[in-house]
Amino acid sequence: MRILVNGVWRETAGRELAAALEELGYGSRLVSTAVNGEFVSLEERARTALADGDRLEVLAPMQGG
Amino acid sequence: MLRLYGTELASRLLLGTARYPSPAVLTEAIRAARAEVVTVSLRREGAGERAGQGFWSIIRALGVRVLPNTAGCHTVKEAVTTAHMAREVFATPWVKLEVIGEDDTLQPDVFALTEAARILCAEGFEVFPYTTEDLVVADRLLAAGCRVLMPWGAPIGSGRGLNNLFALTALRAHFPTVPLIIDAGLGVPSHAARALELGFDAVLVNTAIAQATDPVAMAAAFAQAVAAGHAARLAGPIEPRDFAAPSTPVVGQAFRG
Repeated sequence: MRILVNGVWRETAGRELAAALEELGYGSRLVSTAVNGEFVSLEERARTALADGDRLEVLAPMQGG
Repeated sequence: MLRLYGTELASRLLLGTARYPSPAVLTEAIRAARAEVVTVSLRREGAGERAGQGFWSIIRALGVRVLPNTAGCHTVKEAVTTAHMAREVFATPWVKLEVIGEDDTLQPDVFALTEAARILCAEGFEVFPYTTEDLVVADRLLAAGCRVLMPWGAPIGSGRGLNNLFALTALRAHFPTVPLIIDAGLGVPSHAARALELGFDAVLVNTAIAQATDPVAMAAAFAQAVAAGHAARLAGPIEPRDFAAPSTPVVGQAFRG
């Protein structure tokens, strides 16, 4: 299916968020996620199903003011 | 000691971590500022990138407390979602809540800010709202559950100092026991000293230090100014007056009478 990852369309076979993150290369990374604007916690990722056209945000620590 | 949501801090200079010339300079600036709290953020990161993880390793190694922000958020929904994401990554209930209402001034949208603060406080967050100097908004934020306020001195990154002294002084007077941190707009250490002299509890500085020719030296200068301003506040400054008052005693003066 095609999902929008950080604003870029990507193909993924992963049906759940955890599997999709693994496939996209975020496996062991310290990131936080949101699907369609809703926060999805680390423990929810394995049971959060993705659908074609979903918008996924993958955020990492960054400098800030 | 400065007490923010039950956490006691010796340093009254909070430091932003953005816009430094290099990670090494950032590290040295945090040390020179003797900062105990630094602000951090969350941004999109590609799977091939490691910048975020590297940055986070540096901050963790310094052992400082982090205050995650919701910079760039323009709606209640964005800010609340970002706060949840930050709480998971940074493992802290603290959040510097920013909801921007206008892009030229980066002025907070105080209506959305108050609503986001109400939601996050109810969910157990310890909210540091980036707000204006408006008294009524401050009152609403406190009613929403905030126990610290962060009024702006001037627009973010402008370096203009304390733009509205009258309103900031009134804010301090109206809420004598609420920790008030001047956030944004300071340009030079004298601005920070002035804020502390007026009774503000702390300042948060980023651009003025990060973009200085020598950020590490500027961090040290801000630390000295903050310490001096706070000491002066405790020492009880004199009131300004309109006419001269001789400092040398006039009793026993020669050639008079």
